[in-house]
Amino acid sequence: MATRAIAIEDVKTGEVTEAVYEHPFIVRLCHWVNAVSLLVMVGSGLQIFRAFPSFGAKIPEQVLINWPKSLALGGWLGGALQWHLTFMWIYIATGLLYLGYQIFSGNYKQVLFVRRDVPGVWPMVRHYFFFGHQPQTKEAYNPLQKYAYTSAIGLGVLSVLTGVVIWKPVQFSWLAWLMGGFHRARLWHFLVMWAMLAFVFGHLVMVVLHGWNNFVSMLTGWKEDPEYDSR
Amino acid sequence: MKPRTDSRKFKTVSRRELLKLTPVLALGAFAIPQIQKPLLKGGLAFSDWISARLFRSGHLAPTFAAADLTPFEKFPINDYDVDDPDVDFDKWTLTVTGSVQKPGDYTLAQIQALPKVTQNTRHVCVEGWDVIGNFGGVLLSDFLKMIGTDPSARFVSVECADDYYESLDMATALHPQSLLCYEMYGQPLTREHGAPLRLSIPTKVGYKQAKYLTDLKVSHVLERVGYWEDQGYSEFYGL
Repeated sequence: MATRAIAIEDVKTGEVTEAVYEHPFIVRLCHWVNAVSLLVMVGSGLQIFRAFPSFGAKIPEQVLINWPKSLALGGWLGGALQWHLTFMWIYIATGLLYLGYQIFSGNYKQVLFVRRDVPGVWPMVRHYFFFGHQPQTKEAYNPLQKYAYTSAIGLGVLSVLTGVVIWKPVQFSWLAWLMGGFHRARLWHFLVMWAMLAFVFGHLVMVVLHGWNNFVSMLTGWKEDPEYDSR
Repeated sequence: MKPRTDSRKFKTVSRRELLKLTPVLALGAFAIPQIQKPLLKGGLAFSDWISARLFRSGHLAPTFAAADLTPFEKFPINDYDVDDPDVDFDKWTLTVTGSVQKPGDYTLAQIQALPKVTQNTRHVCVEGWDVIGNFGGVLLSDFLKMIGTDPSARFVSVECADDYYESLDMATALHPQSLLCYEMYGQPLTREHGAPLRLSIPTKVGYKQAKYLTDLKVSHVLERVGYWEDQGYSEFYGL
């Protein structure tokens, strides 16, 4: 993927640095709207879960987790459903806009994990978790990042599909059947959320580790002094 | 060769890119109490509007084998008020009003004279649990035909012995699985499950399955939607 790179000459010192335009506007917009809606969906989802915190039978009901109310949004089941059923449209619309943009602009190549990225995953894992040396990369995202982002997008799609089945198990009975029925779809929806939260946790750790300069790139699109060779 | 710029111009470009993101702040409206309520109400109404569009009159809810049934004693009894509103079965009738040719009081025997239907369908509670039950009764559409329902009417609403109230859009009321139910698991309804007559609507969520029916009204305009809907739950909630 040809990323747009420029050379910047400092007006005072004449020093030349480099910057790369990593994140197009639509991607940044979707990222931040999605960050908010994901927070709302998880918060309200957990309040909904509190109404029946189980995946077994209703009688007898075996409570799986007593999820604290303070970590949930909406106050009561009806309130949480209002949040969930409102923000799901924002979540879906953002997802569609993002996917559409990535596909039609060709920008998906920056993110999509493909077969040739496979050999690069282990060296990155070694670097992050076992203090191995940092592998060189010529792209905005390293193979492990691509793997993480592609998975997150997949989880986003799954969260919508499993959610649709819980919401409309009759109209989407074929989709419910594919997921092992209404009852299991509810479990999938829950598990997909935890997988998504695991991604978010890792993502936030990485954001902190990579500092301000990297963080700003998701606001302005531009990354100054990229750690990779952009040519 | 990379294009060149100076640091001052780059700052301007960066700032402009940052400002483009200001629409995201609009989501902050959800944090303002006075606007939050109408926004969420609007979101719920939008969901209901889509739900009504997704409803297909001819699409049947899944039915299940007898082996899949939840045992009768494990079929939850949910009420907003009392388990048993002390219906006097001897005096019981269903009072029909509204846009019908034959309003009046209908006895259980008159209703049971219509063709009987039994089905094993899933009952989904808004709380998230579900059970598969066996329901027997007459098609609501048959009853609506019998009472001479105005074909242009849009709603069927019911009132219950425990003061509960509910309503259905006409498309759902006419659905080939929507029942006026007087039997569960081959036995007459028990008092806790809504004797002598309840709704069994496999295309709707649990709180639409009103029990202990006393009144049925056909109308063009809905005076009130339903007890839980008035507390803030979805008005359509089709499955």
